[in-house]
Amino acid sequence: MSEHTTATAVAERTADPAAALTTPPHERTGRTRRVLMGVLGVFAVGVAWEAYKFIGPDDGVVVAGVRILPRTTDIAMPHLWDMAVRLTEPVTRAEGADLLWVATAKAAAFSLGVAALSWVIGVSVGLALALLMQRLRTAESAVLPWVVLSQTVPLIALAPLVRNWGSRLSVGPISWENWMSVAVIASYLAFFPVAVGALRGLKSPDAIHADLLRSYAASWWQTLIRLRLPASVPYLLPALRLAAANAVIGTVVAEVSIGLRGGIGRMILEFAQSAAGDPPKSWAPIFGAIVLGLLAAGAVALLGLALRRYRRGEEPA
Amino acid sequence: MSTTETTAPPGRADAGVPAVAVAGLDKTFTTSDGLTQALEGIDLAVAAGEFVSLIGPSGCGKSTLLRIIADLERPTSGEVRVFGTSAPQARLDQAYGIAFQQAGLLGWRTVAANVELPLELHGVGRSERRTRSAELLDLVGLSEFAARFPDQLSGGMQQRVAIARALAERPRLLLMDEPFGALDEMTRERMQTELARISAETGAAVVFVTHSISEAAFLSDRVVVMSPRPGRVTTTVTTGLGPVGQRTDALREDPRFFEAVTAIREALHAGSAGGSGEAT
Repeated sequence: MSEHTTATAVAERTADPAAALTTPPHERTGRTRRVLMGVLGVFAVGVAWEAYKFIGPDDGVVVAGVRILPRTTDIAMPHLWDMAVRLTEPVTRAEGADLLWVATAKAAAFSLGVAALSWVIGVSVGLALALLMQRLRTAESAVLPWVVLSQTVPLIALAPLVRNWGSRLSVGPISWENWMSVAVIASYLAFFPVAVGALRGLKSPDAIHADLLRSYAASWWQTLIRLRLPASVPYLLPALRLAAANAVIGTVVAEVSIGLRGGIGRMILEFAQSAAGDPPKSWAPIFGAIVLGLLAAGAVALLGLALRRYRRGEEPA
Repeated sequence: MSTTETTAPPGRADAGVPAVAVAGLDKTFTTSDGLTQALEGIDLAVAAGEFVSLIGPSGCGKSTLLRIIADLERPTSGEVRVFGTSAPQARLDQAYGIAFQQAGLLGWRTVAANVELPLELHGVGRSERRTRSAELLDLVGLSEFAARFPDQLSGGMQQRVAIARALAERPRLLLMDEPFGALDEMTRERMQTELARISAETGAAVVFVTHSISEAAFLSDRVVVMSPRPGRVTTTVTTGLGPVGQRTDALREDPRFFEAVTAIREALHAGSAGGSGEAT
C-alpha cells in the first residue's frame, strides 16, 4: 500500500493550502540548471568541432584504409565563424539575391508549413485508427498488423508512387500539387506513433473507471470525452512529439525524393553541389533543418504545457 | 439518454417496494478450467432505507452479487429488481450510487469536479452542480478541499470524495464494495462512523460488501453471511443495535456490539465449517 502512504504524505505536506500552489524553489533552480546545461552542451559541440579541426590531420584519421575521422580541411569542416559570417551574406552574387539566412529561413518556413500539414494529417489518421481499434476488438487484430507493417515500406519507394497517383487526381479546378505529395508521404511516417500511442492511452483507464462510467449509464462518446481521451494524454504526448519529428524528417526526405522546390530538403541538395567552391554555404540549410526540428518539438512541448492538468501523475521529464 | 433527475421522486420510497429484491440468482463464470459456479440460489431482500452488509470469506461471490445488482455483470439465471425495476433499467435511471475499494477519482479533475462528474454526464447545469457538490463536500467534511486534486489527498479523504460522488444523484440505494478495505484501522473506524451518519441523513438503503466482522456489526441492520464454492447465503444476522444513524464510537465498547460480533463470527464459521476462515 505504498500508494496510500505517499498520498497521506502529500496531504500532510500540503496541509497549508497556499503551499501546494506555488512552485517549490528547488524545482526552479533545477529548471535554470537544465537550461544552462543545454546551452553548455551546444557550446561543447562547437568547441569539439574547432578543437578537432585544429589538432586533427588534414586528411583525417585513416585506419586500415577506412577513414574513421573526417578531413579537417576548410572544405570538409569550415570554421564555425565562417559559417556564421556566410549566413549574413547574399546567397549568390546575382542582383537582389536574398541574404543566406533569409533564404534559409524562407525555405525552413515553407518546409515547416508542409510538415505541420503532414503532422495534422498523420495525427488525425492515427487518432482515427486508434479509436477504431479501441471500439472494435476485431478491428484491432485486423488493422494493427498492417499499421506496423506499413512502417517497413521505405519512404523512397513510396515517393514515386504517391506522386504518380496524385498526378491523376484533380477535383474541379484544384489539381494535385507536388507539395501535397510531400505532405502525404511525411504524414505516412507521422501517423504510426500516434496510432500506437493513442491506442495504449485509450485503453489505459482502470477497470474501476470503466465500471464507474457504466454505472452512470454514460454513452461510448461520453466515456471517450470524459475518461479515455484525458487518460490517454500522458501516452499521447510522446507520440505527438515523435510524430512531429517524423513529419519534419519525412518532409525533408520527401522534398528530395519528389524534387519539390522551395523547401529545406531541396536546398540541402542544391547547396551541397556548390560545397567545393563555397563550403560554409552548404551548412546553412543544415542549421535550417535543426531549427525546424526544434520548432516542431517546441510546438509539441507547448501543447504539453497546455495539457499539464492531464499529466499530474507523470514524473517530470 | 439518461434522466436528469436530481431529487428522488416523492412517495415512491415508502410504497413498500424493496430497494433490492434478488430471487433464485445463479452466476457461473467460464474459466480456463471449465465452468465455475460463483453464486447459487441467492435470495436477498433489502428494504428501503435498510443497511445490509454482505460478509463472507474471499471467493464467496459477495462482490459479484453487488456487481450484478449494479448491472455491471449479468446473472446467469434468476431475477434482480431494484425499486421494482430490472437492474439494467435501474442503472439507466441512476437508482443507485456506487463506491469501490479504490476511490477511482479522475486525477485531472478537482475534488469538486470529481463529485460533479455524474451530474455533468446527466446534463445538470453548472450552477446546480456547484451547489450540489458544495453540499456533498460539506456532508463528508471536505469543503476546504474542493479545489484540490485527488493526488493531494490522503487515501481516507479520497474515499470520502468517492462517497460524496456516489451520493451526487441523491440515490435511494448505495452499493459499496469494501470501500474502506484499503484504509488503516483508525481511518477506517472514523469512516464507518461517518457512513452511519451519512446513510441516516440521506435515508438511502445501503448494500455493503465487507470482510470485516466488526465493520459489518457496527454499520448494519442486517448482516448476510455467505459461504464460498459455490457462493451461497448461509445465514442472516440481525444486529439489533438500534437505528444506524445513532451509532457512535461508544457503541464499539458496548456489550451488545460484542454480542453482534460474536453472532456474525459464529455464523461465518458455521457457514464455512472446515473452510479457510479468511474473514477477519
